Amino acid sequence: MRKLNILLGVAIAGIAGFFGIKEIIADPVYFLELVLGGLTRGSIYALIALGYTMVYGIIQLINFAHGEIYMIGAMTALIVASVLGLWGWNSGVIVFLAFAFAILYSCAYGFTVEKIAYKPLRNAPRLSALISAIGMSLFLQNYVMLAQTPEFMPFESLIPDFQFWEPFAHIITAVEMSIIVTTVIVMILLGMLIKFTKIGKAMRATAQDKVMASLVGINVNRVISTTFVVGSATAAIGGVLIACHVGQVNFFIGFLAGIKAFIAAVLGGIGSVPGAVLGSLVLGISESMFTGYFWSEYEDVFAFTILVIILIFRPSGILGKDETSKV
Amino acid sequence: MEPILNVKNLTMNFGGLKALDTVNLTVEKGQIAALIGPNGAGKTTFFNCITGIYEPSEGLVEITPPGKPTQKLNGLKTNYVTERGLARTFQNIRLFEGMTVLENVMIGRHCRLKSGIIKAMLRTSSQKDEEKQAVYDSYEILEKIGLDQYVDEMAVNLPYGAQRRLEIARALATDPFLLLLDEPAAGMNPQETKELDELIVWLRDNENVSILLIEHDMKLVMSLSDNIHVVDYGKKIAEGTPEEVKSNPEVIKAYLGDESEDA
Amino acid sequence: MVTKKEIKQSFFIALWFMVLTFPLMVIKVNTIKNIVVFRWTNLIWVGIVGFLASLIWNYFLRMKDEKKKADTKDNIPIVHRLLQNEKFRIPFLAAIGIFALVYPFVFPMYHTSIMISALVYVMLGLGLNIVVGLAGLLDLGYVAFYAVGAYAYALLNLHFGISFWVVLPIAALLGTIFGTLLGYPVLRLRGDYLAIVTLGFGEIIRIVLENWDELGNGPRGIGNIPSPSFFGHQFNQHNSVIYIYFIVIALVLLTIFFVNRLENSRIGRAWIALRDDEIACQAMGIDKFKTKLTAFALGATWAALGGVVFAAKTSFINPMSFTIWESITILCVVVIGGMGSAIGVIAGALVLILLPEYLRAVAEYRMLVFGALQVVVMVFKPEGLIQGVRKIYKFKKVEE
Ligand SMILES: Nc1ncnc2c1ncn2[C@@H]1O[C@H](COP(=O)(O)OP(=O)(O)OP(=O)(O)O)[C@@H](O)[C@H]1O
Ligand SMILES: [Mg+2]
Repeated sequence: MRKLNILLGVAIAGIAGFFGIKEIIADPVYFLELVLGGLTRGSIYALIALGYTMVYGIIQLINFAHGEIYMIGAMTALIVASVLGLWGWNSGVIVFLAFAFAILYSCAYGFTVEKIAYKPLRNAPRLSALISAIGMSLFLQNYVMLAQTPEFMPFESLIPDFQFWEPFAHIITAVEMSIIVTTVIVMILLGMLIKFTKIGKAMRATAQDKVMASLVGINVNRVISTTFVVGSATAAIGGVLIACHVGQVNFFIGFLAGIKAFIAAVLGGIGSVPGAVLGSLVLGISESMFTGYFWSEYEDVFAFTILVIILIFRPSGILGKDETSKV
Repeated sequence: MEPILNVKNLTMNFGGLKALDTVNLTVEKGQIAALIGPNGAGKTTFFNCITGIYEPSEGLVEITPPGKPTQKLNGLKTNYVTERGLARTFQNIRLFEGMTVLENVMIGRHCRLKSGIIKAMLRTSSQKDEEKQAVYDSYEILEKIGLDQYVDEMAVNLPYGAQRRLEIARALATDPFLLLLDEPAAGMNPQETKELDELIVWLRDNENVSILLIEHDMKLVMSLSDNIHVVDYGKKIAEGTPEEVKSNPEVIKAYLGDESEDA
Repeated sequence: MVTKKEIKQSFFIALWFMVLTFPLMVIKVNTIKNIVVFRWTNLIWVGIVGFLASLIWNYFLRMKDEKKKADTKDNIPIVHRLLQNEKFRIPFLAAIGIFALVYPFVFPMYHTSIMISALVYVMLGLGLNIVVGLAGLLDLGYVAFYAVGAYAYALLNLHFGISFWVVLPIAALLGTIFGTLLGYPVLRLRGDYLAIVTLGFGEIIRIVLENWDELGNGPRGIGNIPSPSFFGHQFNQHNSVIYIYFIVIALVLLTIFFVNRLENSRIGRAWIALRDDEIACQAMGIDKFKTKLTAFALGATWAALGGVVFAAKTSFINPMSFTIWESITILCVVVIGGMGSAIGVIAGALVLILLPEYLRAVAEYRMLVFGALQVVVMVFKPEGLIQGVRKIYKFKKVEE
């Protein structure tokens, strides 16, 4: 079985590679654009996927409402930026405040969602928590739609087209570059948080064994809340960045982005933070290639197909470990 | 002497941890055998490996059902292992809590019944007969195990000792030739333990099943077992009659090394 | 009953919600016209609702804990008690029967039409109930099989002129096949992955339908789907609505009849056991995969049947009828009505589908309320509106 898998993988990669090389030679700039576009896309996925993977690692729940947290981040940034813009504030201050409020509010929502929809179900069957998560997602989408508007709202990019970037702008725009750079910074910060801080250690301990963690004096509820808050913060950053990139937001943007990011997390190995980043980049770039060289209308179909294939042949993802659950 | 379960060089790795290390074990027909060892020795893992819940890293598991040829169990899914006549109970009780006692036992009959979806939808006479028979058989098993008074109770509402017995009843309903009991006396009071002792002997004598049990209650193990296997840190360290095992220096060391654990 | 501490706590929670909802509820920007409106009254409402909701929430949480401790005797829902009581059962069922019988003749066509939609949801709900309620498999792509049924009728009729009654069994078979084909790879996955994969599958079917023009006209859909005939006789529009109404009633009855039988059979017991504890089930000799697959495929069968009826009723279908929202609505019917409970699902479908139809003013809030209800039901009453009651197997000593 394993050999077959490898063989299959090599065969697919070979065929793709053959066609790929032909295409690349024909138009290398286009290829580069696709790679960078995929990297941008993957960065956004990564920012969202982190939340999924961390929450899953700790309470084994697919937090369906996570995509909505990301959407709320983008929405909040839009509202703050518009209001301050109308009041004529300095654009630098606006950028800072829009990001700050987006992160703050996403964290608050993430925190609240956990307290309402998941905490009371900590010991309930997994199906219950999952349904509750879907309900929460549905609620938040409709809440934003009713409170604001079902229409798309134009989002004025907060990131200026930097002068110094002008020469490269035809290959990768300043916004795309900012997305990639910001993502890298966020990843480094997050890695340090998990690796070196006390709360990061507590998170890792809780992910391994909740009961043991609570026995050695870790406040498990606090760790879980923190996980939601941290995941929400990175999702909010992703939300604001993508809104700058695409130029519009509405209540529904979190749905698909959320699912894609989840797919990326599974692809990388759910529960693993580096896995989520890797999975996101792989998904982003391969999606970009697929839409660039094949059918763009089947972009989402492609992502789901990848998910199904990975789940069937390697359910623990690229970096995940095979685990035998204890009986 | 006819061996009905034959395990050779069973090894189970969890990452770096060797939970089982080349364990050999044989159970003979009509035997009550015991598997003992300190906490974390790998006893439950042993059960999980032979019943297909875990896939062992190495080793051979063979059974010889009475009157049938020897066959390999490696790689078989749990339900097929049960179908071939190996039934087990769980250390941490795993009853179907939302079901009645009778229905729990009926679930045990599942693999011995045949009617599928179509028959169930049409409720053919053969399906009806089969269902009736299943209820009858299940009730009979409950009577034997001494749980008939609880027949319509929800499984969760049963006293602890009765829940353990229900696990045995449910396993027995699958028509096994070998019963694997994982700490059947855990949490029982002396009276319940005594009844359990009698029940196990009765099962062996009247139901044509052999028994392999994991147990920490040494009094029970010593009085019941024909043959005892001792494991420690995943390694088998001794085997023999209760007398032989009791006086084995290795065994004494294993148990005294861990003082919280004793007879 | 309500302590001072709770009031204080609720006050702070209300404040928290006022802050939390401030940007979204109070500020409204129009980025095109560049105006900002502050809706301060909303803030007050959030405060009041937040305060009360918090009090009620805490109260019910406490009740739930106390109930658990007291271990109340099995509280069987009133409906079931009525049905179990010989004296009431006959009149009760007769009343419902007569009501259903005269309904399309007493009420105008519009109401009958709405009732048909609700009854289609009853069918779909009962089908999904096998998958989610009994077998515990969260299927978020249920609508895909519904689409299979609807498109099967539309296409088979369009190209080959095959009639409703012939398509019905064909569609059922197609549903089973699609269910098996999809179930085969995905049912080996861990439970929660199943939710995402089925969701993906539902979306794939929709996207394919939208983009594959040759198959079903893409987004424009297929029109002029004939309504069912009665032994070759085609009714006029009014009568055909009534006719479809009775067809749906018959199908619903058939569904209840079969599902009930299945539930109390060897297979049904295995589904429920599997939902409770997979490991123990396998140790009892139940084939986990096969048992799940039967539930999944059966659910798909019913969805396809519902699809055929839907196509016949609306006479026009396009991919927009088969979005993820449809799957979620059906899931809500099952979850809120009561997982594993046929009566609950029926009640759920009637309430959740009919109410928004008649209260147009609240129709806008439908999905918002559905979402909130899902959370509330899961937290406080996981068994749903009307809890399912299982048959108790009785052993009669006299017979042998
Ligand atoms: N699925 C698993 N993954 C990782 N380690 C495991 C797993 N199952 C068991 N172990 C480890 O294997 C060792 C043996 O465990 P096992 O449950 O077999 O012990 P035991 O002899 O049954 O102990 P006890 O008497 O406490 O029941 C333990 O160290 C346990 O932590
Ligand atoms: Mg054990």
